[in-house]
Amino acid sequence: MAVLECGARGWSAELDAVGIDLVWHPSVSLATGAEVIERLERIESGAEPLDILCLEGAVLCGPNGTGRFNRFAGTGRTMLDWVRALAPRAGTVVAVGSCAAFGGIPAGDPDPTDARGLQHTARGPGGVLGTEFRSRSGMPVINVSGCAPHPGWIMETLEAVAAGLIGPADLDALGRPRFFADHLAHHGCSRNEFYEFKASAERPSDRGCMMENLGCKATQAVGDCNQRSWNGGGTCTDGGYACVACTAPGFENTRGFLATPKIAGIPVGLPLDMPKAWFVALAALSKSATPKRVRDNARADRPVVPPGRGPGTR
Amino acid sequence: MTRTIVGPFNRVEGDLEVRLESHDGVVREARVTTPLYRGFEQILVGRAPADALVIAPRICGICSVSQSMAAVAALRAVSGTVAAPNGVLAANIAHAAENIADHLTHFAVFFMPDFARPDYAGAAWHPAAVERFAAETGAASAEILPVRARLLHVMGLIAGKWPHSLAFQPGGTTRALDLGARMRLAGTWRDFRAAFERIVLGGPVEDFLSIETADGLAAYAEAGRADLPHFLRIAAATGCDRLGRGPGPLMSFGAYHGEDGALFAGGVTEAQDGWRPLDPDRIAEDLSHAWMQEGPALHPARGETRPDVDRPDGYSFAKAPRLDGRPVEVGAVARQAVDGQPLIRALLERDGATTVTTRILARMVETARLILAVEGWVRALDLREAFCAPETVRFGDGTGEGLVEAARGALGHWVVVRGDRIQRYQIVAPTTWNFSPRDADGRPGPLEQALVGTPVGDQPGRSVAVQHVVRSFDPCMVCTAH
Repeated sequence: MAVLECGARGWSAELDAVGIDLVWHPSVSLATGAEVIERLERIESGAEPLDILCLEGAVLCGPNGTGRFNRFAGTGRTMLDWVRALAPRAGTVVAVGSCAAFGGIPAGDPDPTDARGLQHTARGPGGVLGTEFRSRSGMPVINVSGCAPHPGWIMETLEAVAAGLIGPADLDALGRPRFFADHLAHHGCSRNEFYEFKASAERPSDRGCMMENLGCKATQAVGDCNQRSWNGGGTCTDGGYACVACTAPGFENTRGFLATPKIAGIPVGLPLDMPKAWFVALAALSKSATPKRVRDNARADRPVVPPGRGPGTR
Repeated sequence: MTRTIVGPFNRVEGDLEVRLESHDGVVREARVTTPLYRGFEQILVGRAPADALVIAPRICGICSVSQSMAAVAALRAVSGTVAAPNGVLAANIAHAAENIADHLTHFAVFFMPDFARPDYAGAAWHPAAVERFAAETGAASAEILPVRARLLHVMGLIAGKWPHSLAFQPGGTTRALDLGARMRLAGTWRDFRAAFERIVLGGPVEDFLSIETADGLAAYAEAGRADLPHFLRIAAATGCDRLGRGPGPLMSFGAYHGEDGALFAGGVTEAQDGWRPLDPDRIAEDLSHAWMQEGPALHPARGETRPDVDRPDGYSFAKAPRLDGRPVEVGAVARQAVDGQPLIRALLERDGATTVTTRILARMVETARLILAVEGWVRALDLREAFCAPETVRFGDGTGEGLVEAARGALGHWVVVRGDRIQRYQIVAPTTWNFSPRDADGRPGPLEQALVGTPVGDQPGRSVAVQHVVRSFDPCMVCTAH
């Protein structure tokens, strides 16, 4: 539903403009019931071609491998069965959202439904299609992860597929398009100055960096969230709350999302590729150099000290 | 007797299957199946209470803020937190934007395209309906979807992003709006009002809300060129005002709670009778026809969720919630009827039941009322004050009930916290009420009742009347069993 935000003339016109013809979408298509089943059966038998198969939602394998926690309505068959039947027919398979990519929230402990992604699970490669799966075009599953994924990530991926512009080298090791997965959610964060000086927020709505106390994982999570922004100009960190690393497999099993786990006062989750000793040394140095403005503003919900060299200057 | 399975039933949120038994071209019995179970209530157990703010909203991609609001209300009750007034206002503004976005999507993308079906070819009104409302190609959705996207800029300002925001906290909201943000918020809302008046109402909100009688509505429908009067004319021509009758009772938890109570008062009403207060302790979930292990009907604060796909009489993952042992209809029509909105009350008294027409109309009446309410809430923000209360939120032990109104109706979260961990978390969503299966006494749920009597001809699986009735409820199936 997030993708409905795409397109100045509506999503349908946008699809039309990039040459995508919707076979069937559960939310927008006219066809229902028997008309849909007949069409899907034609695709399954190979009588009708399918260029892109998009799946939203985890594939539920339970109970006991039967998949019966999710039957595809009206067909008497499980979604597990349908996915295995249709995926090999598709030119490209796209997992939309962290559930379809990795299992997502339904895979959260105790994983009541044995929820898996198409080609990955919360624990590693695999998924219901298996590590070796390749679609007709030779591609692994494209994982537009995120909970929810940015509408642009979905639409730009589909456009790139339609234009034949995306290949295996354009995906990271977890199948995520590199155009958003080669960035960290931290990049472009409006709280960057607070991060640099380790001037930390202590309570929700404080303006400081949320990494030290409030559970923020933006320095570890992939995504260009803070560069492209959401819903006309927002982001999680700009909205005043922690990044929960929703683009990562297994994000759902964090315990205590809104508090940073620490050992001996040092956050456990340090920036992705930063040596711990360097981080500790730099943090101590920058804390000692923190301007009063930055320190005070970090613990307020609005700027309480404006920028300036001192009284009477600017 | 003809038996028919209708599904996949699309242009609803999530997976839906409907089984019909018809005779002489009329539905005699209906059974509604929720075929997806994901186990959110099991996943929440054992976690830190505040983690519910991350997990619970992800039940649904379109009513995420509603789920956040219910979780926040439940956690507020456990912790005894008092929210900052600005945070209450900001959350209500975001919640209103989400609910309106859902109403618009339902109208333009889910519901209206059925009138463009070839089944209606030959009707004088059909060519205009195709031009305006056809699935994918209709002019209305092409106009309304960009309006919806712009409306959701409210989320960028208040909630950081949508769906799934952690801006909604027991203490309030996490982003203190500054003067520029407030002006952008007011501008976004001004744009939305203008678009809604132009595309949907065909005139000022105030003029539309001054209509209080069935005759007044008929005159509006005849004169107007915008999408709502267009719908009302088609509805009259196709008999939607006699279709999908819901006998009540109608229930609302009360919507948009603030310092002065709720904007839309909560309570219970029959279609034709007056209002009575709601006692949430009289809610129980029956398991007799759900794919759940056998057990007594329990209040959600004591409820259990143990799925059993082999349950002999089971036909849905949805439990059957009942109020005082009765199924109740929820949604915008219930909210407006319980609150005593004059036009909706007048139509219910005339018809003696909810219908396809009143369900659709009530969403637009509600949107018009919310436009005025949000204008007031934006003005009421006091930018000198906090948006989130500074006190640390502590949980410890306790029980909390969070009762709010999502776009589709009454949404309740019940949480039991022991030793700073969630011991029990139960959710009853709007469509759990509306699309509930039968209970131990064999009483069908509201949709199952509303479908009885629907004309289906000799091909019940292709009956467009069934499509109108089912979609008039705007079901959210992912929320239903969660």
